[in-house]
Amino acid sequence: MQHRRRDFLKLLSLMAAAGLLPAGAARAEEWNKAAFGSKKLDELMKLLGAGAPQQSDLVALIGPEIAENGAVVPLEVESKLLDTESIAILIEKNPNILAGIFTIPSGTLPDIQTRVKMAETCNVYALATAGGKRYFAVKEIKVTLGGCGG
Amino acid sequence: MGNPMKIRTKLDGDVVQVRVLMSHPMETGQRKTPEGELIPQHFIQLVSASYKDRTVLSAQWGAAISRNPYLSFKFQGAAKGEKVKISWVDSKGDSRTDEATIE
Repeated sequence: MQHRRRDFLKLLSLMAAAGLLPAGAARAEEWNKAAFGSKKLDELMKLLGAGAPQQSDLVALIGPEIAENGAVVPLEVESKLLDTESIAILIEKNPNILAGIFTIPSGTLPDIQTRVKMAETCNVYALATAGGKRYFAVKEIKVTLGGCGG
Repeated sequence: MGNPMKIRTKLDGDVVQVRVLMSHPMETGQRKTPEGELIPQHFIQLVSASYKDRTVLSAQWGAAISRNPYLSFKFQGAAKGEKVKISWVDSKGDSRTDEATIE
């Protein structure tokens, strides 16, 4: 029985590798542990495979000028780049810089909103990937009360 | 397992905006109890949304996403009466899936 299960698992992984399984049947994606544990901006860029991203007006990062509560900072990222494949949110002075990565399949608009925690006033980056290249928008958000306190 | 997600949809032509409110503590592992003990990390790591077997969004999250996470996204090709399904998996391996009918 044990044997069969292993064979089945092997078959599943082969099918997934060959692209035979519909999305969602296999584990959609692995959580990028190294990137989420990263504490330095340049190190994180390397882990994300982003050489030197380029600042672009086609990426918009919308958020408050001043966040009274660092535990809940509403952000919206909208990319006007054609074929935007993913959007990442980076918070420079958080204990771990990377807050989230959103993968945008075709048919989904590169326009997402979420809420993040910010430890202190710092730059927030929206990093968009399009056509294999990285582009970013940056905005400084002032935090009056940190979101990571005890 | 957590509480059900609140999912709201707004259809405009064939583009639907999906707004999701999840119920999750999103513990960073950096907070302490009043007794000074660290509260262990516990946060949603993977999120995915699907519409008719088509993945319309997938995301990886860190602990910096706020407690009771909010997510909004938009996709094309949606029709009224069809369903959108959202799932998450957290750092303890717990998961939850909810769906909503597009209105």
